[in-house]
Amino acid sequence: MILALAVAAGAIVFAGVYLILSRDLLRMVVGVSILGYAANLALLASGRPEPGMKPAIVPEGLEALSSAAADPVPQALVLTSIVIGFALTCFSLVLVLAIQQRTGGADADALREVEPPPTHDHQPALVEEEP
Amino acid sequence: MISLLLTAPFLLPLATALLTVLVPSGGARKGVAFGGALASLLVAACLVAEVASEGVLRVAIGGWEAPFGIELVADALSAAMVLITALVALLALLFQESDADPAETSGYFHPLFFVLIAGVGGTFVTGDLFNLYVWFEVMLLSALGLLAFGGRVRNLDATVKYFVLNATGTLAFLFAVAFLYAATGQLNFAALAEASRPDDAARWLPFVSLLLVAFLVKAGAFPVFSWLPASYPVLPAPVLALFAGLLTKVGVYALLRTAAHVFPTAPVIFFEILGWLSVFTMIVGALGAIYHYDVRRILAFHIVSQVGYMLFGLALHTQGAQVATAFYVLHHIAAKSNLFLLAAVVARTAGSYDLRRIGGLYAARPGLALLFLVSALSMVGVPPLSGFWAKLMLLREGIAEGRYVWTAAALLTGFLTLFSMMKIWFAAFLEAHPAGVDAPKPLARATPAYAAIACFATVTIALGLFPEPVLEFLARAFGASDPTEALASLAEGAR
Repeated sequence: MILALAVAAGAIVFAGVYLILSRDLLRMVVGVSILGYAANLALLASGRPEPGMKPAIVPEGLEALSSAAADPVPQALVLTSIVIGFALTCFSLVLVLAIQQRTGGADADALREVEPPPTHDHQPALVEEEP
Repeated sequence: MISLLLTAPFLLPLATALLTVLVPSGGARKGVAFGGALASLLVAACLVAEVASEGVLRVAIGGWEAPFGIELVADALSAAMVLITALVALLALLFQESDADPAETSGYFHPLFFVLIAGVGGTFVTGDLFNLYVWFEVMLLSALGLLAFGGRVRNLDATVKYFVLNATGTLAFLFAVAFLYAATGQLNFAALAEASRPDDAARWLPFVSLLLVAFLVKAGAFPVFSWLPASYPVLPAPVLALFAGLLTKVGVYALLRTAAHVFPTAPVIFFEILGWLSVFTMIVGALGAIYHYDVRRILAFHIVSQVGYMLFGLALHTQGAQVATAFYVLHHIAAKSNLFLLAAVVARTAGSYDLRRIGGLYAARPGLALLFLVSALSMVGVPPLSGFWAKLMLLREGIAEGRYVWTAAALLTGFLTLFSMMKIWFAAFLEAHPAGVDAPKPLARATPAYAAIACFATVTIALGLFPEPVLEFLARAFGASDPTEALASLAEGAR
């Protein structure tokens, strides 16, 4: 079970990093979101889940959990991080769509609004905007 | 009572954020915002007083005791950081009332502002690794909102660059949380420290390194600082002061907490790497500052360079260096936030942020020139200002530890910092205006701007004149965590 999770997380990290290294902004933010799922799998695996584990509920008439109970903490952590990841994914997708609509493209290298390229004599570009 | 004090650093700003959403009119919203910020400052002062008299405060949220539930902990370091956070928030709000490059006032500004403060406050009082991650994400989301605010292409450009590096950094943090939980079954700081006692330090290296990567991205250290100068210049002055003062320092705080309290017995190579990274961070940041002419960009690169000093203190890993680093963080927050506010007043009065387009302000605004000099020289480390003590202690520890190359790099960076600070000062105040314009444009609402600046300058001077009580207070946070002392007592027990 752990091995399967590890292989899956590794494959997702591979896909996520590959997409993040792309120059296309949309692929980049999708990559960040995919990388988040690898982290979620790693969190899930940190509870050492095994087939046949029971939910962490104390059975009727007993005082303590049975030894086959799953660790509930990683499940709570995964739930939290999925929700946070969802918010970040939504925000970043809208962000890239807004950039595409306003500039007509989504090339990371062409996005030089904040850091304009230096002038021909290697001086920093003049600041145009008024405070 | 204690649970109120410990939850207030994030609950008060969150409540204020909610109220500012509900209040319909602009005037009432400002009132609520100022009320919330003032209340935060008062409660933070109470927290400092309580920690000073009672020592470390702990609360287990919901009655779930520490290694199972989430624990809030405030020691001297947390309390001091909460206090300075509340102060920066209040003064940034005050500066927003002036007309020197304020943020556009729409219904979104105050809620985002206060959620950001809540995230920062939560970071400082949490005693739980996963909870720290959650606060990091709260800060990230509200910071993204403040960056994208306005929706111009330059805002979106800055936001996307901030997002990609910071989100990747927090994901590294999440991986580290998963691995640490799998290895120890703990998330609580104290329990993790207990579990990672130096039986085989090398086993912890991969986990601690992942944490290091995550926190270095947040702190804006070499080689992962590129998001910082790419995003900060689009921010309006009050928000910029808030970001510059607090956000990178949250990364430094997390590193300090990790190195001093959670993994004090991390392998030596960890601190060796941190030390060399600090050298590159200091020098690359200072060189970037020397190249640029945009005041905001110069100051943004200075943040990188100054974070290098803090990493240098962390890498020395002695009790004295940790206290010095904590003091450095406090000094830096006051001085750096103030420099960005001053830059906004200078730019608004002279007409541009570009040093090649302004000049000759000294004749018309000698007071402004003096105020700028106070913060700039404090940054450089001129006595008797706050930066002098911070740097002196760090350099002394560096020499005492035999780290001569790191110390020499820190000294060199001091000179480079002096050079670029004087570049701003001479170009903005002494040299004649390039277009021959002599009459500066006066601010319409100058009082709030100067009040905020004068408050920050007072903090800088007070920290410089009376460093001892602050140092003594901060030293309490590092008293019991001296690694050599802890190791010696462990060795005694083994015998």
